[in-house]
Amino acid sequence: MITGHLLSIDDLTRESAMGILSTAKELAIITEGPNKKLPTLRGKTVVNLFFEDSTRTRISFETAAKRLSADVINFSAKGSSVSKGESLKDTAQTLQAMGADAVVIRHSSSGAAKRLADTQWIQAAVINAGDGTHEHPTQALLDAYTIKQHLKQDSADLSGVKVLIVGDILHSRVARSNVLLLTKLGATVTLVAPPTLFPVGVENWPVKISYNLDEEISKCDVVMMLRIQLERMSDSFFPTAQEYSKRYGLNSSRLARLSKDAIVMHPGPMNRGLEISAESADDLKSVIIDQVKNGVAVRMAVLYELLGGAAFGEAKS
Amino acid sequence: MAILLSGTEIDRAIKRISHEIIEHNQGVNNLVLMGIPTRGAFLAERICTFINEIEAPVAKGVLDITLHRDDLRLRPPKPILPTTLPAGGIEGKDVVLVDDVLFSGRTIRAALDAIGELGRPRTVQLAVLIDRGHRQLPIRADYVGKNVPTSISESVKVHLAELDEEDLVELLK
Repeated sequence: MITGHLLSIDDLTRESAMGILSTAKELAIITEGPNKKLPTLRGKTVVNLFFEDSTRTRISFETAAKRLSADVINFSAKGSSVSKGESLKDTAQTLQAMGADAVVIRHSSSGAAKRLADTQWIQAAVINAGDGTHEHPTQALLDAYTIKQHLKQDSADLSGVKVLIVGDILHSRVARSNVLLLTKLGATVTLVAPPTLFPVGVENWPVKISYNLDEEISKCDVVMMLRIQLERMSDSFFPTAQEYSKRYGLNSSRLARLSKDAIVMHPGPMNRGLEISAESADDLKSVIIDQVKNGVAVRMAVLYELLGGAAFGEAKS
Repeated sequence: MAILLSGTEIDRAIKRISHEIIEHNQGVNNLVLMGIPTRGAFLAERICTFINEIEAPVAKGVLDITLHRDDLRLRPPKPILPTTLPAGGIEGKDVVLVDDVLFSGRTIRAALDAIGELGRPRTVQLAVLIDRGHRQLPIRADYVGKNVPTSISESVKVHLAELDEEDLVELLK
């Protein structure tokens, strides 16, 4: 079980991560039944505090909270007082005054979630839903859940699974969280990208690094395509989108070279025709829709573990 | 520490409860035993095995009630355990909930809520190994291994061989 906040995969042990996945599995079974709604978090308030645009993460957290009977307040920076210049501190204190029990925060600055958790501005449990280029822990958890569901149903962890993560490693919080979590669970990870899209210090990560997708594509069990984040592509990381797509995109010829049971993943939203071709995204090997579905169960598990029991220090023995 | 039930006595109680369940329900045709984890599930398993020996196979399942507890906010969170249903489900069945100790009745209230999520049984009955009193809700057991008057400060600990090496029920002061 986890307590306090979920800010980084680094905060989780292998056991607590596996615990979240098994809780998610039970919750998924229950919510597939006739009654999707559980009374567990009745009376708790979950605030979605989104300073960056998001579709699936926000509605996934909202669905998860509602299935556990929590009240959900959606807050997006656009159309709020943040666009009038209100600080994170004042926003947090406003949410505190409204009685938030958990704050799900997405922010363009790395470390924003930790900033919120470390201060006394707000007492709520803080869940990092993506902070800048740092981490996106619930995405990594749902990816691990999806890999386990398809390839390692009966195993204790992900030992021996070979995962290829392809694309913009430099800007990707999804890649960072996944590297930390998947290696923690026993998978081996290879990162593939053009040299310009690797971060400084990547040689110290517990991964293999390659610049050549064609050399690696046939050797993996999972290929995870990252989105080319056009909004962060102000510098010339690669000459043209066409060239990137030709060398690092998942097209039908590369899809055909995947091993028989391999699966294709993408955290979404996809740039069809850029990092992944439409036929790859819609192929039988693609589990992208499962990732979205599993996201709800995994986020229910996280909310349950953080909010289901007594808050810090309140527990009776 | 006092011993309330020895291994042999636990065995006899389970056998008597099994007979009572069959007698009360006039057979096992419409019956489903639902054990409440962790020890209730093992007790249900034992009752099931015995009924199978003396009468006929009986449907069984496991009912985790964690998500329906009303004391969630008073305690640290607990892991959720698997809930399993027999192939025929519980719709229209006679469901017997099985737990180790009946105390405040709150676990059973949560179990009734959890049952309600899964279907609408014809009846819900309750079998427990120990009834120690101190009910906080209007709930009673249909089948009881042993009634034990206890003080509120004492605790009853059930050991079952499946988990704890031996079969034993003890009263801790």
